[in-house]
Amino acid sequence: MSATVTPEAPAAERPVRDRADKLRQIKLVVTFAIVFGLVLWMAISIDNSDVLFLNAASPDKDHQPEAFNGLRLVWVAVAVSGIALLAAAANLVPRNGWALLVYLAVGLSFYVAFTVWYYADQDSAVEAWITNPLPSMVKYSPPLVLGALAGVICERAGVINIAIEAQLVMGAFFGYVISSLAYSNGAGMVGAALAGVLVALVLGLFSLRYHVDQVVVGVVLIALALGLTTFLLGQIPTQQENESLNTLLSDPPDPLTPIEIPGLSQIPVIGRALFNQSILVYITLLAPIVVWFLLYQTRWGLRVRSVGEHPKAADTVGIKVNRVRWQAVLLGGGLAGLGGAFYTVGSSGSFTDNAANGQGFMALAAVIMGRWHPIGATMAAFFFALTAAMKDDFGLVTKVPSELIAVAPYLATLIAVAGFVGRVRTPAADGQPYVKD
Amino acid sequence: MSEKDDKVPAEESSPAESPARTDGPTASSTSGEGEPGAKSGSEDATATKSPETKPAGRSSSALVDTVLTTAAAIFLALVIGAVLMALSNQEVIDSMGYFFVYPWDFFTRSFDVVTTSYGALLKASLGSGEAVSHTLNRAAPLICAGLGVSLAFRSGLFNIGAQGQIILGTLAASYVGFTWDLPAVLLLPTSVLAGILAGALWGAIAGLLKAATGAHEVISTIMLNSIAASGILAYALGEMKSFQRPGDELGLPQSPPVPDSAAFPEVFGVHLGVLLAILAAVVVWWLLTRSTLGFELRSVGANPDASRTAGMSTGKVFILTMAIAGALSGLAATMLINGDQASNNASLVGTIGFDAITVALLGRGTPLGSVLAGLLFGALAVGGGAMQTSSAGTAPEIVQVVQGLIVLFVAAPAAVRWLVRQRRKEPTDTFAAKEATA
Repeated sequence: MSATVTPEAPAAERPVRDRADKLRQIKLVVTFAIVFGLVLWMAISIDNSDVLFLNAASPDKDHQPEAFNGLRLVWVAVAVSGIALLAAAANLVPRNGWALLVYLAVGLSFYVAFTVWYYADQDSAVEAWITNPLPSMVKYSPPLVLGALAGVICERAGVINIAIEAQLVMGAFFGYVISSLAYSNGAGMVGAALAGVLVALVLGLFSLRYHVDQVVVGVVLIALALGLTTFLLGQIPTQQENESLNTLLSDPPDPLTPIEIPGLSQIPVIGRALFNQSILVYITLLAPIVVWFLLYQTRWGLRVRSVGEHPKAADTVGIKVNRVRWQAVLLGGGLAGLGGAFYTVGSSGSFTDNAANGQGFMALAAVIMGRWHPIGATMAAFFFALTAAMKDDFGLVTKVPSELIAVAPYLATLIAVAGFVGRVRTPAADGQPYVKD
Repeated sequence: MSEKDDKVPAEESSPAESPARTDGPTASSTSGEGEPGAKSGSEDATATKSPETKPAGRSSSALVDTVLTTAAAIFLALVIGAVLMALSNQEVIDSMGYFFVYPWDFFTRSFDVVTTSYGALLKASLGSGEAVSHTLNRAAPLICAGLGVSLAFRSGLFNIGAQGQIILGTLAASYVGFTWDLPAVLLLPTSVLAGILAGALWGAIAGLLKAATGAHEVISTIMLNSIAASGILAYALGEMKSFQRPGDELGLPQSPPVPDSAAFPEVFGVHLGVLLAILAAVVVWWLLTRSTLGFELRSVGANPDASRTAGMSTGKVFILTMAIAGALSGLAATMLINGDQASNNASLVGTIGFDAITVALLGRGTPLGSVLAGLLFGALAVGGGAMQTSSAGTAPEIVQVVQGLIVLFVAAPAAVRWLVRQRRKEPTDTFAAKEATA
């Protein structure tokens, strides 16, 4: 009975509705009804619906907060969630990938309604405005998205990569040091990717060459990377001790600046999110497509997936199992290392201890939530990035305890995973070293 | 105590489990050399896996083997640590400037730094009765939480959630400790029990989600960690009056420590919690090797499909395992609250929940292994601080690096040996069990 009961029952079984399908309908109806009820309540309970909206992270001469009537948006959200509720009740929610769009629409309508409700009815003493969360969501995404993609590539090849966190931290640190050594952000990013590859090299050496339990290696690598970066950071002499060395090692150029793509960045809502970002973010936006193409449209990708599912079969048809695994592990390491560059080269410019702060684990969660698929994992990673952006956004007003806002994304993930993602199927050979008979 | 017993009964039917896969030999350490010998841990796991053609006969040579590789792993890790120490010392670096003129300086200075640092480490962790008591107190929470992670490993679950379970435990234990008005005889047990229950509850959530919906425990425990830290702990410290120590409102929010009546009694500086930790290890050992639940647990860890076919309820096993793992983490929390009488604040738990994973891995999922690994890590943690304050001023992070290297090196040669001896066997491990459940 194991993995067969997924929501997407094969077409042949359609006529007979099995229990899983009914259960799915019930879950959807209940969830959508709760969302609909909440959104409706928000729509009714708003008295003064004038809210300020700022289409940027902070006001500047081009972008000032503008007042608009948020109530209309809330009613749109009510309509959307209402339609979704009806569709669920009539069992019309699609069973394939399109279902994601429905979930997305419902999630978005709740988010919009909640945001308007949260900022509406303010007392005039504090002037807080709604910022567009998308630009900062995309800005925060590199470590999560690239880390998740690294996890996907490794695990599809059958190597468990717990060490995403380690790759992020090492990437952040070496991005910092090398960008100051070369005084170039480009070099910093290359250095970060190489640092990720270095971690992957150790992971590969011990898990592929010596067949050490991959979970052990991953956990150890995290401990090592955290210890090593803190240690090395402490070794950089201070200004007083050795000025020239200090300048050489810890004086990076200004961090990456957004590059605005003229025209496209003027698209309403999403323009600034997608087309006014740093080069690192553009890479991040392209990476999922590239990885998807690599894994699903190329011969190499087919090999990667086959050594992750059934290495013996792959070996039988002449695929060098461990070579393909090495390639996947190293490529993943490079991606995650590059993602780590976000913390230094990509944002503040300087390295702080434990820079990744658990985001590698979030990337790991995104891998599983996205069912080991590059696009799914990317969407999960963007969701986590959105929650990071939200924390900044909702800090100003205190309509709801701030802890509840902080916890909401984790709670949402838990509900999503328990309610809708459910049982996931690990790549069949994930974590198993391949030994030729 | 347990190595012999560990591999005795019922083993043929429950093959290897997770982190243990890497090692061939049975038998355990007990070492010639105190701490170091520690890690080889008892090794029932893979023994079980080896075909029937390999009975207990080779265990004595395997014991020597394990002790040797473990000692070598620790030695190697310490050597690398020593190199890092030397290279990070200013005097040594200076002497490298004239290395080709007068190389002797480089060597003597390096030697000085290394001996001073390791001397300080050894002295602070084992050098006196007081030092040993520090080590034991420090090791107790690691042992308990490590046991929790180990137990989950054995049923094929990767419990990253010790951190969250400990946080919940600290909250419950300290809340009961400083708000309930009970006589001293009752206050301590109630507080400890509250901590254990809170941890068990938090752990059970992940097990319940896995059993009921198949939600992957890695995701749910990561999320539960975050909810515990940035939600519940932050709320308690920020909003609840009883968790705010008077006079601290402006600084770091922290709770008062529990009163003396809720603290573990101490003998020679060692609090009672240490005894509880050892007791917990015995209970876990009993549970794993002598109880029905333990049998089911190991069986589910080895092959959930087969276990289900045999009539076991995997869901029940997942829930109970996670609840017990959480209870052990909760017990770890009481070591901090009732043992150290620490104030609860945002950084009290630190990284204990994650170190517990390393302890469990080093202990290879066995109770004795977790105890020994916990002791080693406790000693290293206590000694790390002393290294920094010693005249060599060595960075304490080196300890972290050494810890990681020890685990890695212990796992690696064992894996090689395992390979040589058991080529024919299909590899199984933590996650192998998982795919089947998926």
